[in-house]
Amino acid sequence: MEVITRGAVITEPGNSVENKTGTWRVFKPIIHYEKCIRCLICWQFCPEPAILKIEDEKVKKETPAPKEPLKRLPVVEIDYDYCKGCGICYNECPVNAIEFVKEEK
Amino acid sequence: MNYENEEFFAPGHGMCAGCAAPIIVRWILKLAGPNTIVTNATGCLEVATTAYPHTSWRVPWLHIAFENAAAAAAGVEAATKAKGEKLNIIAFGGDGGTVDIGMQALSGMAERGHNVLYVLYDNEAYMNTGIQRSGATPWGAWTTTSKVGKANPIGKLRPKKPIAMIMAAHGIPYVATANPALFQDFKKKVKKALSIEGPKFLHVLSSCTTGWRHDPSKTIEIMRLATDTGLFPLYEIENGDFENMRITYKPKKFKPVEEYLKMQGRFRHLLKNPEYMEKLQKDVDNWWAKYGKYYRP
Repeated sequence: MEVITRGAVITEPGNSVENKTGTWRVFKPIIHYEKCIRCLICWQFCPEPAILKIEDEKVKKETPAPKEPLKRLPVVEIDYDYCKGCGICYNECPVNAIEFVKEEK
Repeated sequence: MNYENEEFFAPGHGMCAGCAAPIIVRWILKLAGPNTIVTNATGCLEVATTAYPHTSWRVPWLHIAFENAAAAAAGVEAATKAKGEKLNIIAFGGDGGTVDIGMQALSGMAERGHNVLYVLYDNEAYMNTGIQRSGATPWGAWTTTSKVGKANPIGKLRPKKPIAMIMAAHGIPYVATANPALFQDFKKKVKKALSIEGPKFLHVLSSCTTGWRHDPSKTIEIMRLATDTGLFPLYEIENGDFENMRITYKPKKFKPVEEYLKMQGRFRHLLKNPEYMEKLQKDVDNWWAKYGKYYRP
């Protein structure tokens, strides 16, 4: 049996990561990197946060981009473990690089 | 130090898909950094981010009752001061916990001059308990306690409480309204608030997909319309100096309020009657006729 901590104190910061809220999803956003201009607007507005900003040089270079100079910028990646599929990223993407499709279970 | 690439708000919380409150909290924490203590009034944000034994907060966080997030923040501030520590003390409250129930504690905190940033995330009703009207619900909005029918075709019959103006009247160093959809303006105001010593109050609009009755993907689009129609103006007032109030953003061309209303189920009944739309449009026009001269970008 789990013992309740005194004062219901939670001692482990950010342990909600154990809840994989990706199971809530009905629609799923998919990033099409060949269109993505890496403006980070989706990352900025993600409420979870379930959009990761990847700064790794290798990933930046190897991920496709519509123009070569864009490869200097960070890459966004969706963390489907937590994405609830709200679609804000899909709605806000200025170049329609995010597709929003029905989740297949 | 810049902490914008760090996340102090963890995923796995139970806020609805498309809720704007986590966007607000996430960015305020990014801009405040790790040396922060948060007090949180009862509300959606508190309930959904700390379902025991889990928490989404990566900074020290205290759950406070509905009415006293500001009082507790004041206490935390006094304690850190006594210990000689310099921290960001931030209180988060929803509109119920701020404009109605938490009003006296907030007013007291402002009067005593505590160095606290109070953030109101305003979703314009008691969303956590099931969409009951609050002092911040706008005129004409449907809620479960301002129902629309034959006897009352309008919804809420009273206007929204001007909470930012009320807080500015306390003469505190910084009061601002902000909208995360106008992101640069929002960020600038949070940074400015954090840099000022004394009580600060931020009134931030926060869309609620459940209570406003809209598609979760439209959250930011609708909030942007709130400002682009003129319904939610963005301004700041320092030291209660109303004469030098600054409207920080003005759309190049105002959109008709109808565009904002028609995207939300809570205003659906207003669309049937042009008289109601005209009334709302007139309210907006009057506000801008009176305050528009304070637009100082």
